[in-house]
Amino acid sequence: MENKHLVSITDFSREEIFRILDLAAEFEENPNQNLLNNKVIATLFFEPSTRTRLSFESAISRLGGKYIGFTDASSSSVSKGESLKDTIMTVANYSDMIIMRHPIEGSARWASEVSKVPIVNAGDGANQHPTQTLLDLYSIRKTQGTLDNLNIFFVGDLKYGRTVHSLLQAMSMFNTTYNFISPIELQIPNEYKMFLDKKGLKYYEHRELDEMLKHADIIYMTRIQRERFSDPMEYEKTKNSYVLKNQMLEGTKENMKVLHPLPRVNEIHTNVDENEKAYYFTQALNGVYTRQAIITHILGLK
Amino acid sequence: MDINDKKLQVSAIKDGTVIDHIPATNLFKVINILGLDKIESQMTFGSNFESKKLGLKAIIKLSGVFFADKEINKIALVAPEAKLNIIKDYKVVEKKVVEVPDNITGIAKCMNPKCITNHEGIVTKFTVVSKKDVAIKCHYCEKITDAEHMEIK
Repeated sequence: MENKHLVSITDFSREEIFRILDLAAEFEENPNQNLLNNKVIATLFFEPSTRTRLSFESAISRLGGKYIGFTDASSSSVSKGESLKDTIMTVANYSDMIIMRHPIEGSARWASEVSKVPIVNAGDGANQHPTQTLLDLYSIRKTQGTLDNLNIFFVGDLKYGRTVHSLLQAMSMFNTTYNFISPIELQIPNEYKMFLDKKGLKYYEHRELDEMLKHADIIYMTRIQRERFSDPMEYEKTKNSYVLKNQMLEGTKENMKVLHPLPRVNEIHTNVDENEKAYYFTQALNGVYTRQAIITHILGLK
Repeated sequence: MDINDKKLQVSAIKDGTVIDHIPATNLFKVINILGLDKIESQMTFGSNFESKKLGLKAIIKLSGVFFADKEINKIALVAPEAKLNIIKDYKVVEKKVVEVPDNITGIAKCMNPKCITNHEGIVTKFTVVSKKDVAIKCHYCEKITDAEHMEIK
């Protein structure tokens, strides 16, 4: 039987996405289930990502499973020059599933072709991070009651933001309207605009974070990183223009929620945290349920 | 004059294949893709002929060599306008154009320096996303390589 993997969000059909979201809702109701009894899951983090790793390890622990792995490449044989293929083929002998984060793009796809156990991509460079996308979808459906016909505002680094690109692709199945707010240096790449054109979906681009927000069902904030700017002056000029403050949420829709993949630096003012429209910490909690759903679904336990 | 020239070149082999309308700059890439350096048949390469369509074109004449469509279509990446004349007993018995395939295995290099195929010994795999201005999407990193940045392995 061919292994199931989760490498790219585009590998999943609409039906499979709904299956995962429904399972995640079950785990939210009842998070501690002993489904991974006697299972060993490998968490291979070739680059550190504390949040994602802890979320996976929490999911495995709540399912009664054990995990093995490393938290960055320097503490593994990779530092001795071992190829990814060799690492994966070896670890596949020790585990029932491999969850991996790797800085090189396409590494998870390659791993899925050489591994005899399922691979879950926990981020491959700037390419894909499908479990983040699924938890975003879960958070959107939970707060909006639906994924259909929503108006989503993406704010910040839309050029390099992998989470933005994957969520944009996934939401294109649901007649979404897109609004992109970013400095010109970090605007949404042409290939994604062409993708939306092809799908016949509406999108708008803005440079200002302003009263447009009153049309939003979801505001998806991302971090603007200094190193993305070739001119440090440009960074200094733009960094404060894309900060969400509590008073900006006045007049926004009742159902509107603010999402952020975290970590946040200063792009959401801490005075937003107390607003009931701030959803990013619950979103992180949803990540555990969604990952429980992904693991059990791929292993055929649910 | 031009037509007569071509006839002369074509009729110069008894049986074999003539590949015409190769962009002159890509002649050596075509040689490489078809593995002509490993074939022991007689062959003639001509380059930098004037062409209205291509500016400068190259031509390859191969004696006793015939290609399957699948094989010859590989050169579409670097010579999308190429035309083939199949010669039998000094006569052109068939003319073919190359067709950009839907999938490409090997041959091209992914332009993304952070792609796994540029870090480990992996045979590249692409799906062709545009056939007119050739653009290919990497099976691994999902990035698009366009004609301008295409490198042949």
